[in-house]
Amino acid sequence: MTAVEDRPAGFVNNDEKPVGYGRMLRKEDPRFIRGMGHYVDDIQLPGMLHLAILRAPAAHARLVSIDTTAAAAHPKVKAVVTGAMLAEKGLAWMPTLSNDVQAVLVTDKARFQGQEVAFVVAEDRYAARDALELIEVEWEILTPVMDARQALAPGAPLIRDDLEGKKDNHCFDWQTGDEAATEAVFAKADVVVSEDIVYPRVHPAPMETCGCVADYERVAGKLTLWTTSQAPHAHRTVYALVSGLPEHKIRVIAPDIGGGFGNKVPIYPGYVCAIVASLVVGKPVKWMEDRSENLVSTGFARDYIMRGEIAATKEGKILAIRTNVLADHGAFNGTAAPIKYPAGFFGVFTGSYDLEAAFCKMTAVYTNKAPGGVAYACSFRITEAVYLVERIVDCLAYELKMDPAELRLKNFIQPDQFPYTTKTGWVYDSGNYEPAMRLAMEMAGYADLRKEQAEKRERGELMGIGVSFFTEAVGAGPRKDMDILGLGMADGSELRIHPTGKAVLRVSCMSQGQGHETTYAQIVAEEIGIPPADIQVVNGDTDNTPFGLGTYGSRSTPVSGAAAALVARKVRDKAQIIASGMLEVSVADLEWEKGSFHVKGDPSKSVTIQAIAMRAHGAGDLPEGVEGGLEAQICYNPSNLTYPFGAYICVVDIDPGTAQVKVRSFVAVDDCGTRINPMIIEGQIHGGLTDGVGMALMEMIAFDEDGNCLSSSLMDYLIPTALEVPEWQTGHTVTPSPHHPIGAKGVGESATVGSPPAIVNAVVDALKPFNIRHADMPLTPSRVWETMQGRHRPPV
Amino acid sequence: MQVSMTVNGTPVTEEIEGRTLLVHFLRDQLQLTGTHWGCDTSNCGTCVVWLDNEPVKSCTVLAAMAGGHEVRTVEGLEQDGVLDPVQQGFMECHGLQCGFCTPGMMMTARALLDRNPDPSDGEIREAISGQICRCTGYTTIVRSIKWAAATEAAANATPEAAGVSVTAGSAS
Repeated sequence: MTAVEDRPAGFVNNDEKPVGYGRMLRKEDPRFIRGMGHYVDDIQLPGMLHLAILRAPAAHARLVSIDTTAAAAHPKVKAVVTGAMLAEKGLAWMPTLSNDVQAVLVTDKARFQGQEVAFVVAEDRYAARDALELIEVEWEILTPVMDARQALAPGAPLIRDDLEGKKDNHCFDWQTGDEAATEAVFAKADVVVSEDIVYPRVHPAPMETCGCVADYERVAGKLTLWTTSQAPHAHRTVYALVSGLPEHKIRVIAPDIGGGFGNKVPIYPGYVCAIVASLVVGKPVKWMEDRSENLVSTGFARDYIMRGEIAATKEGKILAIRTNVLADHGAFNGTAAPIKYPAGFFGVFTGSYDLEAAFCKMTAVYTNKAPGGVAYACSFRITEAVYLVERIVDCLAYELKMDPAELRLKNFIQPDQFPYTTKTGWVYDSGNYEPAMRLAMEMAGYADLRKEQAEKRERGELMGIGVSFFTEAVGAGPRKDMDILGLGMADGSELRIHPTGKAVLRVSCMSQGQGHETTYAQIVAEEIGIPPADIQVVNGDTDNTPFGLGTYGSRSTPVSGAAAALVARKVRDKAQIIASGMLEVSVADLEWEKGSFHVKGDPSKSVTIQAIAMRAHGAGDLPEGVEGGLEAQICYNPSNLTYPFGAYICVVDIDPGTAQVKVRSFVAVDDCGTRINPMIIEGQIHGGLTDGVGMALMEMIAFDEDGNCLSSSLMDYLIPTALEVPEWQTGHTVTPSPHHPIGAKGVGESATVGSPPAIVNAVVDALKPFNIRHADMPLTPSRVWETMQGRHRPPV
Repeated sequence: MQVSMTVNGTPVTEEIEGRTLLVHFLRDQLQLTGTHWGCDTSNCGTCVVWLDNEPVKSCTVLAAMAGGHEVRTVEGLEQDGVLDPVQQGFMECHGLQCGFCTPGMMMTARALLDRNPDPSDGEIREAISGQICRCTGYTTIVRSIKWAAATEAAANATPEAAGVSVTAGSAS
């Protein structure tokens, strides 16, 4: 019998009760460490051509004329296509993931710098770039709207004149919570603190940029698209709706993906251009954007200007939180969010605290910046929500002169209150916050750190300790409430057991480095007793996987992982019937022990899952009514989101002479419910913490007043290297999700969500001697220096 | 123009445009796609290869400049079916997730260990500071390189153990 107790050689189980093999090494690594990963740009097809895109030089400019004669005459050029040519085919505009429209190529005017204007298809990538230089464009420069605060000012230039009847730059209004009840609580509170808090525009910038290879076969009438997609099935459906190609004639393949972080959720004009090019030219066409194109034109993140207000008693009981948000959505509303949630899941800004009331009012506007909005491991805007609440709680601690950890401990939702319905209507499935907070404090040596800090302050040294506690909402989501462009956010899973007891699991989510080939095999191994090495996991090919919405918002384990567990149970149920025939007992007389069924009370009479698989496919009778084969398919619709949480403590030292912030140490205690592979969980957390250092201290997509993007290369858009981050320390508690089949919650974005406030809180804490209560990200040396001089300004 | 060089020990002669970057030459012409491209500006390091035992960013080296020289890429790390300890270390210590920066990281790590067989954490971080990883947060990369250093030290201490502790990983 093969059971999951048979651990692979060298296995060390140093985590309590992980699922199916726990800390096993990754199945995908042998190809990656040999340079044998297979990414989009590695694809070379016979006769393949290369596509390059001409981009707008200004943020707001009317297209007066475009002359492609010289480019088309280039000896290596096969096609030059403009917006006008796409318009003739009805393809100049495409839907965004928020039911807005976005130009594939400019037909009337450019609405952000770097917007797609025309494309060239040529024999090689260098020739395609050469030909771009030969396209002559005349622009009439218009005044851009670069500051969201000015977008609705009287006389502001109108950006979206393509929308019929549109007279201003208003995008949408949204609100949640009870305004009157919140006002009543604020009116009676002992203490009210308010603060203006900006979450600047940042960018996920995965190491692999976006791109695709489109190959349209005329005879079969079939389009194959290898693409950097986190959601291959959703993309296929959108392509079918946009292009008119029937959906069964479109195959979307996402091969290995070099990081996504939400950057590879939207459909970008470049993909559509490559498809059009392959249809027009009749050859495979590759488009890979360069780094500048990635930074200036693809899905940005954040860009929320927030006013946070908190009401409390003088003893530090938090009563209510209120916020007013101005959201910059760029030139097109490209936010990937369920239709009911235009601000994503920002509604969880009430955090981990038991409140009497809460209210949020939001206005979103168009500006002359690139579209996007939901990206960079943000969990549908929870990054902004958690930053707001964890920053404003620290502001309250500052005013009350209370320790920020103690203030949080005093206000947590208590274990017996779960499932807990927040004042904005979210139902937290499970939680036990205090043990996580206490563990983080113990690991960090919190009391000793405060002593050290007091001593250092005496000497004029700047040391800060930052605390954050977050509750995430991941695993979108219940189809009654959640969708992307009308597609329900469920996920399919199919499991086939081969005659010899090996298996293939096909899933609808899409790994971008998360290690699904390993963890999904582990989930199935736990349920059905076949070792992970014998289970192949297939994802990222719409012709070979069931429908589902893909990987983003930390939804893989909560949704697709649940589907994997349940489909394995369905197969096991069938295996039990077959086993009853093999052992000549009734189904009820069988007991399952990982890997085999045995007769109750007589373990010697048993059959392994492998033997059952052979019987299911072999000659001979099966029990009455049982079809041959051993396989099943399901579609899992989650009944609720899952709510992982965590306690983070960051220690920083600031050089008083240069204002350089050094993150000395960082403790992250995460609770993501049942843990599948602790090694992979820790890796996900480490990555998210590094994102946090980037956002808090270094990263920002900035513009000048003329609309020029000042962060268009990795020389200007600074991402942490090994020198800017400490050795990460992680810990965990386990509070299973009550509704998830294996109790798992999801963890991919927890650290990105939870770490920025811990780091900013630490910097602000270090600056306490300067009477600083708040400073906005990114806390670069110059911005920290200005803050120390009393000249802090929000970033623009 | 024609260019000749040695790549992973094999002599190659190819017809190229003078402006061809080494990274494109390796990837598009020799189909050695383990070397990646990520930024244009020498900031990300996904394109690191060796030019005569020196790590270079192949996005800012012309293929013509490598003429007459020896180039080593990630495909040249594994020797006779035996993984380099650096490769093994990245697997053992979860030094990679999406795998895109990994080849460049490993080439730099190999070069570091050849010069400094027992680097400190700080020396490792300094060595890879010209490279970006978005997934791992670097802690596990540092551990991976230390694992390789320790494994090599152990193998050198007991030569008969070499090749036993370092076994080829296989896709299962």
